[in-house]
Amino acid sequence: MVTDPVIPPLLEVRDLSIHYGDKAALSGVSFDIRQHEIFGIIGPANAGKTSFLRAINRMDDFVPGMRVGGQICFAGRDVATVRNLYALRRRIGVVFPLPVGLPLSIYDNVALSPRLRGVRRRAELDQIVERCLTRAALWDEVKDRLTSLGSLLSGGQQQRLTIARALSQEPDLLLLDEFSIAVDPVTTMRIEEVLKELRNELTIVLVTNLVQQARRLADRTAFFLGGRCVELDATEALFSNATQQQTIDYLGGRFG
Amino acid sequence: MSRPPVSSTPGVTGPRAAEAKSLDRRDRAWWFDFGARAAVFVGGMSAILFIAAIFVFIGTQGLDFAIHRLSWSEFLFGTHWEPTVEPPRYGALPLIAGTAWITVVAMLVSAPLAFGAAVYVAEFARGKQREWLKIFIELLAAIPSVVWGVIGLHVMKPIIQHVFDVQIGLNVLNAGVILGLMAAPIITTIAEDALKAVPDTYREAAEAMGATRWQVIYRVVLPHARPGLSAAVLLGIGRAFGETIAVLMASGHRLMIPHSVFDSAATITATIAAELGEAAKGSDHYQVLFVLGLLLFLITFVINLTADWIVRGGRRRA
Repeated sequence: MVTDPVIPPLLEVRDLSIHYGDKAALSGVSFDIRQHEIFGIIGPANAGKTSFLRAINRMDDFVPGMRVGGQICFAGRDVATVRNLYALRRRIGVVFPLPVGLPLSIYDNVALSPRLRGVRRRAELDQIVERCLTRAALWDEVKDRLTSLGSLLSGGQQQRLTIARALSQEPDLLLLDEFSIAVDPVTTMRIEEVLKELRNELTIVLVTNLVQQARRLADRTAFFLGGRCVELDATEALFSNATQQQTIDYLGGRFG
Repeated sequence: MSRPPVSSTPGVTGPRAAEAKSLDRRDRAWWFDFGARAAVFVGGMSAILFIAAIFVFIGTQGLDFAIHRLSWSEFLFGTHWEPTVEPPRYGALPLIAGTAWITVVAMLVSAPLAFGAAVYVAEFARGKQREWLKIFIELLAAIPSVVWGVIGLHVMKPIIQHVFDVQIGLNVLNAGVILGLMAAPIITTIAEDALKAVPDTYREAAEAMGATRWQVIYRVVLPHARPGLSAAVLLGIGRAFGETIAVLMASGHRLMIPHSVFDSAATITATIAAELGEAAKGSDHYQVLFVLGLLLFLITFVINLTADWIVRGGRRRA
């Protein structure tokens, strides 16, 4: 993979540590996430993957007892000190593991974020809604019932609705936390195709339990274990040529 | 994999200075949020302000007397409340005891009734029936307390005299039953909310294992809802405790310590209501009624704090 040295990384993580009370979830993690890459994070439960995502858009503000040390810079700006937190979050889309269809109509679910940033014209909203739903591989299934409640869709559909909603933010960075947990394999493949195309427009951090999913999608992959980043490399290099014994064991299915 | 030329995506790769700045620009939405937060903060703080103001008002009205002339041991343990006799005696124990008796009876009446109603409405009633039941329960909660007082006076009194063959029908039992019926709809409503807040997935998981409806309720739903149910009872106690006019009408208002549920009794609230109008403003009698008010205030405060503590303790365990 070629990177232009002139382009600064989108996300710079420096000595990041995360604690819940006395318990460390992540300690001393440092790396860059480049523009327009899909950055995979794999690792067993309790490796600190989700905590890492939470720290990026400062979801720790919601979690009592969660402390973040070190530094995360988004587009060159330390996220801990941004003066308009909401502006930061608007530029980062998040998809949680369990689908969260808001109790609004399908249309309003996707139109919410554009409306928040001031889009009023119906035609423009229609266009955004169709585009985002199409990209999330949901449009064909719901185009005839856009006014029914998003929270009444099936689990897999709600997850795709969540993805469409994240895309409607037109984010620079998309954080996916095990998005395929509630989605069937066929739909998962369709969403994966979409993610590959999205790489042209934005940067994606993909946390996944499916090792092969990281291999299919990610440009580079990091292996997290017990709150540390054990190894980070171009995906193919990591999978075929891991240097750490723990990584080899995990990829070989010997634990986790 | 090929990458598009960087210049085709100006939004992402623009000059970093502009990027960073946009995260620091406070737009209209930010300021609106700031203003809204300030507004609701004032709203929230006003609750504390009002409570503090009421506390100060009640406290200062009786302050002079409470500090200089009131014997606290007589107030808390004296058995004679004779504020208009010379020399006056301010023993509030009959009032405290009357309040405690009536509240306990009220809870014994209302808690089983209310829990039964709540479990039925939340777990068994379906569709239209459930909707109607809820409407009636809310109507029941809206009946003015003076109506309950009249019921105590003219319905409960002869019933008690008849059934238990006693002389006096206006007594602890009468007031307790009336208060219990008054508190029950409130307890039911809050308890039902607590039961409804238990996620259906829990019920499904337990039912899928072959648990009977009762087993599901007893083993899964009630334990999860326990903090809410406890809070419901405590709020019901608070309601019974603070009720005035219905108790005044149904209890017989006798200023002596009741020894059984068939004795008439007087409560703190009813005494304040009955005597404050007659007491000359600023007199010892007037002031001692405010000290009673302070006592009432403190007990209510303790009950509510306990309810809060239980609810939060339950959440921590959950």
